[in-house]
Amino acid sequence: MNQQDLLPHFFRTEYRNLVAVLTRRFGTHQLQAAEDLASEAFVAALDTWPYQGIPDNPTAWLYAVARNKARNYQLRARHFSSRIAPDLMRVGETVSQPEEDLDLSAPYIADSQLCMLFAVCHPALSSDAQVALALRVLCGFGLEEIASAFLVSRETVHKRLTRARERLREQRIPLDLPGRGELAARLETVLQTIYLLFSEGYYSECRDEVLREDLCLEAMRLASQLTENPLTDQPPARALLALMCFHSSRFAARRDARGELLLYGDQDPSRWNRELISRGVELLHQASRGDRLSTYHVEAAIAYWQTVREDTAEKWCSLLQLYDQLLALRYSPVAALNRAWVVARLHGPEAALAELGPLEPVLAENPYYHALMGELYGGLDKQAARDHFARAYALARTGPDRAWMQRRLEQEYPGPPPAPGKRKA
Amino acid sequence: MDEFMLIFRHMDGHQVASPEQIQVWMKQTMEWIEGISAQNKFIGGNGLLFDDARVVHHGGKATNGPFGAIKETIGGYIMVRAVSMDEAVSFARGCPVLQGDGNTVEVRKIARRDGIHS
Repeated sequence: MNQQDLLPHFFRTEYRNLVAVLTRRFGTHQLQAAEDLASEAFVAALDTWPYQGIPDNPTAWLYAVARNKARNYQLRARHFSSRIAPDLMRVGETVSQPEEDLDLSAPYIADSQLCMLFAVCHPALSSDAQVALALRVLCGFGLEEIASAFLVSRETVHKRLTRARERLREQRIPLDLPGRGELAARLETVLQTIYLLFSEGYYSECRDEVLREDLCLEAMRLASQLTENPLTDQPPARALLALMCFHSSRFAARRDARGELLLYGDQDPSRWNRELISRGVELLHQASRGDRLSTYHVEAAIAYWQTVREDTAEKWCSLLQLYDQLLALRYSPVAALNRAWVVARLHGPEAALAELGPLEPVLAENPYYHALMGELYGGLDKQAARDHFARAYALARTGPDRAWMQRRLEQEYPGPPPAPGKRKA
Repeated sequence: MDEFMLIFRHMDGHQVASPEQIQVWMKQTMEWIEGISAQNKFIGGNGLLFDDARVVHHGGKATNGPFGAIKETIGGYIMVRAVSMDEAVSFARGCPVLQGDGNTVEVRKIARRDGIHS
């Protein structure tokens, strides 16, 4: 018996390869059929390999099975369309000719996956649907895995995916790359979805650290795919990849020995991944061409400075400038909140409090707003500081946030325990 | 030493698992078989494909299946050598199929050769 082990994630990798090529052959209206055929190839492997050993070339084995299954599927579909239900077929839902074998060469797979990325991130789909579908067909995740990552039920994921597939069919979304005219706009949606996928992994409350890191790595892999094609290798794509490199450099350092989340200030910078940081620097440098500054450029530059632990005037001045740019490109109260922290570092808490005053109405329910207010009042007004930390604790949405806000309260502002936090759904 | 057949029954042959899950099962099944093989007690085995499966009924009528009404279907089998039914059962206990709630492994002694028929 062959004792060789499969590469990690071998089936997941081959799943997305097969689904992309099969969908390109069948059309996006038959996405489900492509997913089913790919899964069947793995079930066939599971029914054979444990008893007869892993084939010398497992990929070729799977592709041969998939080719056969695709041919049979298309023969059946053609039989159905020509004899049984010519009237049921909708215009455009033609069945392609099964005579030609599936092209499963590496360049064709890469090209098909890129087409799939654009189809999945089509603006006609909601962002929830885009992310779920991306995880399923572009990353090869199962319902269970997507459900755990998003802390939703398997049924919810199933519904989202079903609706997304219906939408692809109704909208007759083609599986090809957008023309040059609409490329920039379509690429924007693709980048948004990738960043959303990354953030889901990076900020998820899911306790499964491996799964969370997987989501982030998948998002980075999809962005890398964009940078490998001359058409889609645009500066914002490289900037986004740089941003994700900077953030993920802190993956290992974010947890202590017990697996609890560490705040940035408590992390050991020697555990930050230097390789990812230098890759980010290189990518950001390469992204600095063209005439358009994207939010990803600015966010990546901000994330770069977060990889520099030393407090220098240069760091804080650069950050202030970057937050000004970010707010000018796309205003958000949360970015304004982060900017206020930079102002505090440069010009003191009073200056930051003056900046934060106008934000109070929009951020009154934001735990980080109150945490920052508590921080700023620390040296000015103990009672106000304590009230804000208590409010931050009550509003905290995640376990680790609640834990560190509680620590702040207990260590620096002892007194009667604050009311238990309201959990938001 | 007797020969036994370990027959895996799955609740639902059509339920599609994730690629990662299939890879986990693949590894577990291979390790399980290697464990038996290392004692030189593994004879052989196979998965049984659900593709295009048929059931032939009394009277010769053939139907697609065994799906739908039947809850349990046979997904595969292995044959082992064991000194006793107890040992064969201990092999069966390690079968990864049993991780699925409702799945079973049936252990049956294979009728001995009678020494008369060649």
